[in-house]
Amino acid sequence: MSNIPKKLKYSKTHEWVRKDDDVLTIGVTDHAQTMLGDLVYVELPELELDIEAGQECAVIESVKAAADIYCPVSGEVIEINEALLENPQLVNEDPYGKGWLFRMRAFENENSELLTPDQYSKLVASEAH
Amino acid sequence: MGKKTPLYDCHLQSHAKIVDFAGWDMPLHYGSQLQEHHQVRQDAGLFDVSHMTIIDVKGSGTATYLRKLLANNIDKLTYGQALYTCMLDEQGGIIDDLIVYKISDDFYRLVVNSGTHDKDVAWLTKQAQSFKCELTERTDLAMLAIQGPKVREKIPQLFNAEQAKAILALPVFYATTCDNYFIARTGYTGEEGFEIILSGADAPAFWQRLLDHDIKPCGLGARDTLRLEAGLNLYGADMDESVSPLVSNLAWTIGWEPQDRSFIGRSALEEQKQKGVKQQLVGLILEGSGVLRNHQKVIVEGLGEGEITSGSFSPSLGKGIALARVPVGTVGLCQVEMRGKLITAQVIKPPFIRHGKKTFSNMMERENE
Repeated sequence: MSNIPKKLKYSKTHEWVRKDDDVLTIGVTDHAQTMLGDLVYVELPELELDIEAGQECAVIESVKAAADIYCPVSGEVIEINEALLENPQLVNEDPYGKGWLFRMRAFENENSELLTPDQYSKLVASEAH
Repeated sequence: MGKKTPLYDCHLQSHAKIVDFAGWDMPLHYGSQLQEHHQVRQDAGLFDVSHMTIIDVKGSGTATYLRKLLANNIDKLTYGQALYTCMLDEQGGIIDDLIVYKISDDFYRLVVNSGTHDKDVAWLTKQAQSFKCELTERTDLAMLAIQGPKVREKIPQLFNAEQAKAILALPVFYATTCDNYFIARTGYTGEEGFEIILSGADAPAFWQRLLDHDIKPCGLGARDTLRLEAGLNLYGADMDESVSPLVSNLAWTIGWEPQDRSFIGRSALEEQKQKGVKQQLVGLILEGSGVLRNHQKVIVEGLGEGEITSGSFSPSLGKGIALARVPVGTVGLCQVEMRGKLITAQVIKPPFIRHGKKTFSNMMERENE
């Protein structure tokens, strides 16, 4: 069973969001990295880019497949995880920690589209069938 | 629920991620496809390839049948020797690629792909009708591959002295029968190693024995990146019935001599050769970072367009690599269309890697030397 931390919020497209004051950290879930397998390439958004919720903003690629990352919230990119460019497998090893993708300053306070851990857990379970 | 090899339970015990492959439930990886790739390049890896189809052909007409059926010429073979060949249709299209082993004058063994099982069996059976030979599909057998630079040193621990001596004496592309094992010095990784055919009933115990000697299980994921680095074609991706060996980097597998051997597809190939082929299969290496993918468009300045037939990421080189069918005369650099952008790639003659080492130099480097 994949790891779904209680403190985070989730998107239907398997990104996670962590809120620290007005800074949001975004990554992909344990379920997503397991489905993709070993990552070998990550393309991250440009700094200071304004992105709307639902927009494609990054690409992660495993040996097997490429996956688009959809921005879970609207905001400005303020930091990217440059360690991933050298070592994309950090996403596999630690998807909620060292494998974070980028940080944003959000335009709006709350995105009601985001899922709670329980809701996301149900989504993952339903996709398995 | 797909078909299962005799080693299916062994895969589950090793925590395999199981996927469907041509109707078979097969291991994709056992945790990390990249680690398994490096395991084979640097040490020793173990593959279950029991999904492949093994067909024994016996009878006084066997050699005559195979001379007609196969594009390469089995008359090159001595006892125990193996031959890589295509099986063509009348238009010179590739029905499948396969390995044929000569066991005796009237007994040959074919190993063909699992994805093409049904059409292969139908074609083989149809063509055999006018020859004195009998085909037997050996569904009772399992097939393993042990591959990597440390495989040879493990052979004396795995077999008795007499068997080990026979196995280690095998030249490349030769097979021998040791008691219940049929062992060939062949593989699909570009490394040293063996493929071993044995009864399905004996396979799980033998698999465990190999694991006990630190030969680690590797899945189909690693098998694919290893064969791509080794520049070995994959049927259904790099070739199929719409192309001939002449445009698939396989002209070397056509047994043109003797000229009066009229194998199926010969006249079509001769016509293609006479007219001149317009395409070739080459290797590509992405200059920057990224991963090449099947069906991406390749643009060659001044010559036209081509397409990636097998694209992936080379764990050994740390770069995107591919096989691509491009216009004849393509050298140096080309452009690959990736997500709407044109990215530069080097054109090389495969393989990329053999025996753990980089084997290519691109045309630009060579011109500067």
